[in-house]
Amino acid sequence: MKPFTYERPKDVTSALAMMAEVPGARFLAGGTNLVDLMKLQIEQPTQLVDVSRLPLGEIEETPGGGLRLGAVTTNSQVAADLRVRARYPALAQAILSGASGQLRNKATTAGNLLQRTRCAYFYDTTKPCNKRQPGAGCAAIGGIYANTAVFGASEACIATHPSDMAVAMSALDAQVEIASQDGQSRSLALEDLHRLPGETPHIETNLQPGEMITAVVLPPPAPGGQIYRKARERASYAFAIGSVAVVGGRVALGAVAHKPWRAKVAEQALAGGASPAEAMAAEMAGAQADGHNDFKLKLMARLGAACLTTTGAGDDQ
Amino acid sequence: MSSVKDWAAPTPISENRSGLIGKGVDRYEGRLKVTGSAPFAYEVEAPSKPAYGVLIASPIARGVVTSADIAQAQASPGVLLVWTPDNVPAQGERGAKINPRSQRGANPALADRVEHFGQHVGFVVADTLENAKAAAALVRLTYEATPADLIFEDNLAQADQPEGEEDVRVGDFEAAFAGAAVRLDETYVSPLQNHAQMEPCATTAWWDGDHVTVHTSIQMVKGGQHTLAETLMIPSTQVRLITRYIGGGFGGKGQAYDDLTLAALAARALGQPVKVAYTRQQMFQATIHRPAVHMRVRLGAQADGRLDAFALEAVTHCRREAPFTEHAANFARSLYAAPNRLTGHRLVKLDIPAAGPMRAPGEASGMLSLECAMDELAEQLGLDPVELRLRNEPETDPETGKPFSTRQLVRCMTEGAQRFGWDRRNPTPGQVRDGRWLVGLGMAAAIRGNFLLPAKAGVRIDADGTITLRQGMTDIGTGTYTILAQITAETLGVPLSQVKVELGDSDFPPAPGSGGQFGAATAGSAAFAAGMNLRKALAELATGDPNSPLYGDDPELVSFGGGNIAVDNRAEPLDRLVARAAPDGVYVEGAITPAADARDYSQHTYGAHFAEVGVDPDTGEVRLRRMFGVFAAGRILNAKTAMSQITGGMIWGVGTALHEYNEVDPRYGSFIAQDLAGYHVPAHADIVDLSAMFLDEVDDKANPMGIKGVGELGIAGAGAAIANAVYNASGARIRSYPLTPEKVLAALP
Ligand SMILES: Cc1cc2nc3c(=O)[nH]c(=O)nc-3n(C[C@H](O)[C@H](O)[C@H](O)COP(=O)(O)OP(=O)(O)OC[C@H]3O[C@@H](n4cnc5c(N)ncnc54)[C@H](O)[C@@H]3O)c2cc1C
Ligand code: SF4
Repeated sequence: MKPFTYERPKDVTSALAMMAEVPGARFLAGGTNLVDLMKLQIEQPTQLVDVSRLPLGEIEETPGGGLRLGAVTTNSQVAADLRVRARYPALAQAILSGASGQLRNKATTAGNLLQRTRCAYFYDTTKPCNKRQPGAGCAAIGGIYANTAVFGASEACIATHPSDMAVAMSALDAQVEIASQDGQSRSLALEDLHRLPGETPHIETNLQPGEMITAVVLPPPAPGGQIYRKARERASYAFAIGSVAVVGGRVALGAVAHKPWRAKVAEQALAGGASPAEAMAAEMAGAQADGHNDFKLKLMARLGAACLTTTGAGDDQ
Repeated sequence: MSSVKDWAAPTPISENRSGLIGKGVDRYEGRLKVTGSAPFAYEVEAPSKPAYGVLIASPIARGVVTSADIAQAQASPGVLLVWTPDNVPAQGERGAKINPRSQRGANPALADRVEHFGQHVGFVVADTLENAKAAAALVRLTYEATPADLIFEDNLAQADQPEGEEDVRVGDFEAAFAGAAVRLDETYVSPLQNHAQMEPCATTAWWDGDHVTVHTSIQMVKGGQHTLAETLMIPSTQVRLITRYIGGGFGGKGQAYDDLTLAALAARALGQPVKVAYTRQQMFQATIHRPAVHMRVRLGAQADGRLDAFALEAVTHCRREAPFTEHAANFARSLYAAPNRLTGHRLVKLDIPAAGPMRAPGEASGMLSLECAMDELAEQLGLDPVELRLRNEPETDPETGKPFSTRQLVRCMTEGAQRFGWDRRNPTPGQVRDGRWLVGLGMAAAIRGNFLLPAKAGVRIDADGTITLRQGMTDIGTGTYTILAQITAETLGVPLSQVKVELGDSDFPPAPGSGGQFGAATAGSAAFAAGMNLRKALAELATGDPNSPLYGDDPELVSFGGGNIAVDNRAEPLDRLVARAAPDGVYVEGAITPAADARDYSQHTYGAHFAEVGVDPDTGEVRLRRMFGVFAAGRILNAKTAMSQITGGMIWGVGTALHEYNEVDPRYGSFIAQDLAGYHVPAHADIVDLSAMFLDEVDDKANPMGIKGVGELGIAGAGAAIANAVYNASGARIRSYPLTPEKVLAALP
């Protein structure tokens, strides 16, 4: 094992400093993703800065009528919060559809957003992967792993982002609060947190090196029904092969892109009076399947339409 | 040699005076396991500080290791030893035997010829696991790759008859099929599956002079002992193999792997105990798997449903150098009547890890084909699927004409249909809805062979009355400890608390181990024989002891019960007798051998599965809603462990139908799923309402106790019942397992 140091800062300022001091340092939250990747030597941090005990574990009302989820609130805590369940049911559903009870007890809001892809070739270190080793090539292209992107894939990477929670947050127009190295804080729309792979699939987010997520802010939900539905290969404890979040007229899709995919074409079509089926057909017209993941086209069209019909977002309810 | 007739006489087991036989007593080792205090092979405490070994796997599928640079690894902190094909110590050649009575040949590790992706080509031992792992990453190996055959479907053309096997024909299948009023000709595909045991292969080894002791996770004690002796080229008597607890075997640990070989070799080289365990990824890539099978079923029936012609031809695959046939057609030879029959197997050789037995080998894959074909035929004929099977119930074994020892298939089906509410099934698919879910029912029959192998057991009674059964048997988590304790206690008429069971040691009287659902019948019969011999020895002891109240009695009239030995109303406690008359205790052995005429009977276990599923028309997801099975498997020894085995088998069937599969990457020869997040078996949420019942049965042709195996029967046919229910729910007839959302969605309108 490559030796690393472990630090447990008392506040955000010292956490940021510890990150800056040691090149190759990484934040550790629940550790449910990072530690697994370290065991496989896919991640080899030189220092772990454990943020899980920082005072960022609260869920608070915001002046604007929304909720602010501290970065280290656990997935279980958020999904069980009565305010979340009442006002953001799609978020609670999304979280509860992910992982297992034990994992959700450890997993945090920030860690969940920043979990890495489940591409099988990313996990198999005998295979070329641009995400693990920039320039090495991509074993998934021409491979047999089928849970890959149909939107926004590149010649360098066709992986998807595996989070359920992030898909609901995307439809909820969440904002991500970030503390920067220079002591400043800034805010990014969740939509802008993750990047498409392009030529640099190893750069997964628009966070600057050493920046820390301190909270996710949920604005008051858009009016209308909410739902999160997830298709998967078994009833529980499996990543999505396709998922849909609907919040009023907002639609986000999961397991189809390198980021939670906001279905803007569908949203516009709905706003223009299209039926759920028409809106999803319009969205999926922009998708590109590669022979292995073709099933996602039919799956997302149907699942999306079903979700929109249930929430009453289309006009053919 | 005995005859099955000898087994019909009353025994302490059939009399069951204290009622221990059949009782759902708790697991003998349950407390140790749930409190984490049962040491598995890797956790066994070594006599001195152990070192830790890490295996290095080949990233190519076929070729040779051309060079090895180990300098950097050797210089890495804590490293004690680095081996590659260049410098690994001499081992017996693969399959070679020097011990005259070895059951297995040598299994050398770290060959320079690579025969599959993930084959081990390097090994590092260090003072800590972390140091070994870090150093392993520094070993530089170069390879010369040669072309490899990796994909089953691409190589079907090279399918060949397995060596020494022939197709089995009865009557004239082709003519009867051509002339049949109703015909079905379909091909079903079952996927490659991995055992995915919780506990990985693991060994702790140390030497004492020229004797090696290994604690390892293996289903067959003698097989492992002999393999290691042959590999090390030493007499078997110098190898002591111990396997007390096994965290899942399922057939995948029937053989020895590189952890055993290399832990023993390294412990010898270092003069220090060594521990080696496989990683989760190595469990997929460097053990065996259940191969995929293509099964062509042809059925020719008369208009009333009676079969005239039946054929099941199975094509499967194995590793080029390790012949193994998944006998997916064998079960069908004894299932349905049809005068004209054809069954056979073909084999494709590939350069992927070895295929081998996995829980219910043959039936688990094979029944997925025929039991769907029968469902399809029933629909063609306008018959209920249960009725079609009833019309094809044979009176004697349909292939050999031998009498059945017992056969309650019809009762399993009729009883199951009634209890499940099969009459509520709408024969037209796609008619029943519950909310958005399409709901359907399906059924299938189950059959699985029953076997008895030779085995021994030893039992001793000590002066304090403790009775200890010792056997070189394994408990792979099925309940073997528990049923052996029950058999011993009931045979000797003592409470369970007075019985100890010690298993899994090559120094103990040998038993073949766990596999093929022969474990309980085989090991149990030997334990029963040992118990009967101890009764005899104690009867002679008491009746010959002037201080015993039984002195002078006829030993034949002695009875056992309540911890006492008695004749009429004269009795004394066993501990008093032994303490006085044999203060060093009494030890006897017993043995079982198959009856000379055992094969004159067609002997199987039977069952019927009934399933209700929901199909989500939006996503193609299938969810099991309800499943019920009725089984007949001889006398049941322990209601609780038998039920766990049978429902556990049914759950495997659910996984087979809906979740479990692996695929080989055509470019690399590696499996796509290499961990338990990617390789899906049913989660709790997949199994909401699943139950089973056993019919009363005693099979007096099976063994002296009339019991049969239950470990594998539950899988047989279970997946087909689910696939049939999916068809009934949705009209999607999918002949390629598992029925993933992707396949179901594609088949939905
Ligand atoms: C078997 C299994 C099944 C799973 N199934 C699902 C599923 O179905 N759906 C699903 O959505 N997820 C699933 N997950 C993933 C799980 O949700 C994530 O592992 C978890 O959310 C990660 O959170 P964490 O706090 O443990 O993150 P960690 O592992 O601690 O960290 C993850 C990443 O986030 C970074 N990080 C953490 N906190 C911060 C911060 N405050 N600022 C900046 N960077 C930070 C870390 O440096 C690291 O790179 C599964 C995981 C497993 C192991
Ligand atoms: S898809 Fe992305 S993550 Fe997967 S192998 Fe290619 S580069 Fe790596």
